[in-house]
Amino acid sequence: MRATATYRRARVSRKSRFTAARFFVALIVLVIFLFPVYWLFITSVKSSSEIFARPPVWFPADASLGVFGVLFKDGDVWAIYNSLIIATTSTVVAMILGTAAAYSLARFRTGGQNLAIWIISQRMIPPIVIVFPIFLLFVWLGWVDSYVGLILLYIAFNLPYVIWMMRGYIEDIPIEVEESALTDGCSRWQALRKIVFPMARTGIFATTVFTFIFAWNEFVFALILTRTEVLTFPVLVTHYYGAQSTFWSKIAALSVLGTLPVFFAVATLQRFLVRGITMGAVKG
Amino acid sequence: MTAALGAGQRANLFADRHFKWLVIAPSIVVLLAIGLYPLIYTAIVSFQQITMAEENTAWAGFDNYGALFTDGRLWLSIAHTFIILAIALPIEFVLGLLMAQLFLERMPLKQVFVALLIIPTVISPIVAGSTWRLMFDQQYGPINQIIGWLSGDPVIILWLARPEWVYPAILICEVWQWTPFMFLILLAALSNVDRSLIEAAEIDGASFWKTFFKIVLPVIKPVVVIALLIRALDLFRIFDIIWAMTKGGPGTATETISIYTYTRAFREFETSYAGAIAFLVIVLLSVIVILALKRVEIAK
Repeated sequence: MRATATYRRARVSRKSRFTAARFFVALIVLVIFLFPVYWLFITSVKSSSEIFARPPVWFPADASLGVFGVLFKDGDVWAIYNSLIIATTSTVVAMILGTAAAYSLARFRTGGQNLAIWIISQRMIPPIVIVFPIFLLFVWLGWVDSYVGLILLYIAFNLPYVIWMMRGYIEDIPIEVEESALTDGCSRWQALRKIVFPMARTGIFATTVFTFIFAWNEFVFALILTRTEVLTFPVLVTHYYGAQSTFWSKIAALSVLGTLPVFFAVATLQRFLVRGITMGAVKG
Repeated sequence: MTAALGAGQRANLFADRHFKWLVIAPSIVVLLAIGLYPLIYTAIVSFQQITMAEENTAWAGFDNYGALFTDGRLWLSIAHTFIILAIALPIEFVLGLLMAQLFLERMPLKQVFVALLIIPTVISPIVAGSTWRLMFDQQYGPINQIIGWLSGDPVIILWLARPEWVYPAILICEVWQWTPFMFLILLAALSNVDRSLIEAAEIDGASFWKTFFKIVLPVIKPVVVIALLIRALDLFRIFDIIWAMTKGGPGTATETISIYTYTRAFREFETSYAGAIAFLVIVLLSVIVILALKRVEIAK
């Protein structure tokens, strides 16, 4: 008995030492991956003498939010506002259209497998090759540098993702529940409102957040289809790269502002992250 | 509560032809508008001679396509794209796998660590590129400083201005941003592997590697294929990170297919020629994508 207990204790301590070693390595990995984020944040609060100090300053002594104030005063935060309008509107519309289409695919197998594959393949085409004809069309329609143009494009760009994700989430709902509602006299719309939407609500929530992030971070379309009026924040960040002087503090501060919403989104999404980024292929 | 339905009744409930097409129609219209219209338009202009200087809609036959073959810059940009893809993808996969293995078993603060590690993947690629541009700055960035500590002498490496250093810089940014993506997917996949299978193999005396290749890898393979496919397609169209770091420079050293197409279409306004490039890419990619999608799990 005694021998077994000693053995077990030895095993436990070896195991806990192993865990401690893993924890230590994990901590190093974490520091390496988060250091650039840390650097971005401290650059945004450094004074300009600290930004241009040699050797570089790792711990700013007189941190201030001054440059954020400048962004507000000069109106640069309009880019964040534009991003917010465009990402929010396009996400809401894409969710409505996409969920309806997903329901059709999930429950009626509309168009068979070929339609489903065609829809998802639309997501895989590089933006740069489709944006050129779109640009010329928008010039003709007068939609370049307007909310409506970019919003429509983001709706179209995110639709395949929404359809694909929502199809998976709707398929997860047992069809029997819906059937019994329908045979008990619910209309199709009532069944959707009372059964499908409530049961798919976590999926709807997760897909909404991901779609928002994609629209929020998008760059190629925004670069080409905006000029001055509806610049989104990633485009404005690249505008700060002048030929000679680079406004490091503005670049860092606007990047921080543009990253904060994504931080909060991800914090709410932990459980759905894997499914969301693999287009539903991995249920997590 | 209704009893379970027979096959006939079920078919009846979900056989509403009008409804099923009505709800999917708006999406199909929108997708055709951005999926089909650009394809047709690109195909047509690619056989014409439109540039910004002249709106010459005369037919040029296959002139533009013929020019593709002798366009050294195009082939270089394709080579750059595939170099980045061929280096970044395996590194992201292996690092992601190692990290997933590290985090697989219980550990204090595991959830917090995983949540924080995912940050690079979800931030805007423009922000990622800008961040690394700060990091790699030859005078004010910490990378040269750290290398200086390690080597003992101060170093000034012109990361983004020298052709031999710009690729490591871009690849580091790319790997930093997307390794967490691989990590998260592989962690989920590894967590779903049946522990008893692995323990049985260990009891039978199988080595770690043997267990991994014979038992773990076959189970996670479908997930691995999807993760690699998603990343490969993303890498094929890489634009944002490079745009933020070098804009394709120095010179044309880091010009990828996407950046080169952008240059021809929106800086030099060679509409028809850019159309030919775009059409080539669409056709090649569509074939690959549809073949790949039909094979992998994602389409089921």
